[in-house]
Amino acid sequence: MSGSSISNRGPGTGPFFQRDREWHPKAYTPWYKTSVLRSPQKALISFDNTISEITGPVFGHNILGELDNDLIHNFARSGESAIGPRIIVYGRVVDERGRGVPGALLEFWQANAGGRYRHKKEGYQAALDPNFGGCGRTITDEDGGYYFRTIQPGPYPWPNGPNDWRPAHIHFSVFGDGFAQRLITQMYFEGDPLIPLCPIVRTINNPDAVSSLVAALDMNATTSMDSRAYKFDIVLRGRRQTLFENKREGN
Amino acid sequence: MVQSLNHLKESASQTAGPYVHIGLTPNFCEIGGVYPEDLGISMVNDKTGGERITIVGQVIDGAGAPMRDCLVEIWQADAAGLYNSPSETRGSADPNFTGWGRSPADQDTGEFRFETIKPGRVPARDGRLMAPHITFWIVARGINLGLNTRMYFADEEKANAEDPILARIEHKTRVPTLLAKREGNVYRFDIHLQGEKETIFFDI
Repeated sequence: MSGSSISNRGPGTGPFFQRDREWHPKAYTPWYKTSVLRSPQKALISFDNTISEITGPVFGHNILGELDNDLIHNFARSGESAIGPRIIVYGRVVDERGRGVPGALLEFWQANAGGRYRHKKEGYQAALDPNFGGCGRTITDEDGGYYFRTIQPGPYPWPNGPNDWRPAHIHFSVFGDGFAQRLITQMYFEGDPLIPLCPIVRTINNPDAVSSLVAALDMNATTSMDSRAYKFDIVLRGRRQTLFENKREGN
Repeated sequence: MVQSLNHLKESASQTAGPYVHIGLTPNFCEIGGVYPEDLGISMVNDKTGGERITIVGQVIDGAGAPMRDCLVEIWQADAAGLYNSPSETRGSADPNFTGWGRSPADQDTGEFRFETIKPGRVPARDGRLMAPHITFWIVARGINLGLNTRMYFADEEKANAEDPILARIEHKTRVPTLLAKREGNVYRFDIHLQGEKETIFFDI
């Protein structure tokens, strides 16, 4: 990943790059059936970011527990651990100008190794793992870096088409430092043949946008006799530079 | 040919899905013992300044059904109009007010609920004061990219009439979709995704 390196440390106070709504999935994607009745039909109304969008909540490390970034153990009984292929997920949160976003809260959730979620709405037959809850969180370091440990989730069937299966994925919720950066996305795994078949993946039109959600296997970040590693970088909206303030004469 | 600007593309959004609660409000969905409490469940404490209010509402789909699996977050200024954020440069916000809340819809009624305070007015970019408002962000299964809207207060008629964002809205008949109605100390704000009452959503 490359990007410009314009120095602008500290919390940003500028408005954000306009969101590219051709790159993101559109609201109405009828092959993903639930979107049909849940997609606004009128045009969005645009306005320049005000301080209400430029600011946002920032979370301190004091909210984090010791096992928050260890999904193998954070729900497990003492001395036990979740079952499944052990992986480390790591990467950086950067903005569209390529600068690391420090202090960004990441929350993640996922199915267990069999593809089963711990949720009462879940209808899949795969077994629950008594030692796996499926949630975790962390906060990025000074360079925007993060990591957590988990088990690789399984793919699972879901009621959309008669035979739709989700590729293995981990959901990510991301805060930057402005509320207009708020983002939820999903991380997929390199080489998963279900990725191009998935109606939810296919809500994204641009193949490059899909590729940027596929984590790469990194054999140089594995832990010997323990875990494989996947690298997943996340890009949040950048802040526009204000090189000259636009002030009217006389103001 | 031309030089590259070297800008990256924002990671593409994907739906929060039906199991968003596992990640964002695990205690709410009976995954106990991982976090002491769900983040964003409480915005105020005993010392928070300002008028206490409750906000309730439903997010309603195109068939008129409340979305019982959605999740709503809000972001607002304190009673003096300051945001509790490092990006706030105008002063220090009330340390007893987070300004940010998260509420999963009730699994039976579909109602979200926030115990908060009424925000003060904050200026727009040109210095004109905006009316008191709260930024909303809505995610759910079937929503591919989180929806942004604003809640204004129906009983702030004078401030609303001066608000530069509301003034931008061409079809004035749609403005009431952003106005929460007061019943006692409760403001009701229903969000309609489609239909005649479709809420105004913003590209911010």
